[in-house]
Amino acid sequence: MSEWWTYRLSDFLMFSPRTYWRLIEHYNQAIWPAHAVALVVGLVLLWLAADWRANGGRWIAGLLALAWLCVAWAFHWERYTSINWAAQYLAMAFAVQAFLLIVLGVLRRDAHVPPAGMVQGMGWLMAGVGIVLYPLAVLIGDRPWAQAEVFAVMPEPTALATLGLVLASNDLSPVRRWVLAIIPVLSLLVGAATLWTLST
Amino acid sequence: MRRRDLLLQLVPALGAAGALAQTTARPLPLTRAIPSSGEQIPVVGLGSWITFNVGNDRAARDQCAEVMRQFFMAGGRLIDSSPMYGSSQGVIGEGLQRLQAQSRVFSAEKVWTSSDGAAQIEASRKLWQVPQFDLLQVHNLLAWEKQLPLLQAMKAAGRLRYVGITTSEGRRHGEFEQIMRNQRIDFIQLSYNLLDREAEQRLLPLARERGIAVLVNRPFREGALLRQLQRHPLPGWAGEIDCTSWAQVALKFIVSHPAVTCAIPATSNVDHVRENMAAALGRMPDAALRQRMASDVGKL
Repeated sequence: MSEWWTYRLSDFLMFSPRTYWRLIEHYNQAIWPAHAVALVVGLVLLWLAADWRANGGRWIAGLLALAWLCVAWAFHWERYTSINWAAQYLAMAFAVQAFLLIVLGVLRRDAHVPPAGMVQGMGWLMAGVGIVLYPLAVLIGDRPWAQAEVFAVMPEPTALATLGLVLASNDLSPVRRWVLAIIPVLSLLVGAATLWTLST
Repeated sequence: MRRRDLLLQLVPALGAAGALAQTTARPLPLTRAIPSSGEQIPVVGLGSWITFNVGNDRAARDQCAEVMRQFFMAGGRLIDSSPMYGSSQGVIGEGLQRLQAQSRVFSAEKVWTSSDGAAQIEASRKLWQVPQFDLLQVHNLLAWEKQLPLLQAMKAAGRLRYVGITTSEGRRHGEFEQIMRNQRIDFIQLSYNLLDREAEQRLLPLARERGIAVLVNRPFREGALLRQLQRHPLPGWAGEIDCTSWAQVALKFIVSHPAVTCAIPATSNVDHVRENMAAALGRMPDAALRQRMASDVGKL
């Protein structure tokens, strides 16, 4: 892209706020009541993370991989690509993250390597926000409940919860932890840029 | 005269059937000639960036079709889109099919790829549901060295009527100018409005000199210009050129430039498309008033 410095974030936004939020609303209506299942899975993840019993880490990674695949297929590939051609790449990135979670989190685990207490606490907080509080963000934006963004249904709460659970994990080496954090962080940056541009 | 051109002239005379039948009862919009052919097109067209990218939202698609219906009823013809605009091409195609307006539209599309331009153009044509495009433009000069010969070959083979290039927001004007000087093109598309007037310096005079038609995108700076202007009352001179809104002021400023062929404001709002098309009616500003318009708006 030539003269890239002349482009603003808004130059890449190819749909209106109304179109984006209606897309989410129709998506939520189409898959309801999958949200209830997603919320239960999210709460199970929080319980497993807090309890952290034997093989709990494998269950967490496996359920997170399933969540990333659901978002990749049901949201990015099936819906978001209809208004954003770049969503096909987001779908691929989410599928790659699911693959990484299975390979690095389910098939292979490391010895007990707990993170620093503050990092673990931050991780639990992020996971809690992503799973429990994020859907309530519609109230701040004065949007209807039908536009709520739920873990394992929409990208941002899924990425936030995953990042938190990866940071809080007791049995991932620092290298594996950071590898599993890359795509969630990038996804959150893309989501934040989109929401910021939509609101300005 | 091609059969399609003949039909275009006959349809208003006979009274188009169906959804567009009321067209003949309305005043006809001001038109400008495409320099390379002499064909007249209305000075206000319809863009589709953002506004027509509504995905599979049934209600929004219906609204876009209604915008197109109002556009054609007001005498509009040129609709512009791009493969970059998400679902806009399919939305336009659905609207044309529903309104049976394939013979009425002046289809302005773009090629936007550095690889197989012919395949992309064919995919776009299927989405538009038209036999062929009237105008194909190299979008933002992407791979123009490769795509422009393709478009010129299509035109030579009778599969395309006009060839063009586009830019937006003042980018790559130097290269743009070189292509205008050295290549055989019928159209250019660029950004020009009450505040962004760089094109007046070189590109618009060059277009007149070289006999190239000019499409103007971002006439309202994607709405930001109107949001800024609507905080102020319309100046007294707006009445002198039959304007009842800032949108009409902004459009009349653009289409009254002697080099401009057609401005392409984008909207998904039925009231706004009517308002925009009304800018192609009534009195237009002369050179002195255009200067005053730009000066007064620049101070707001």
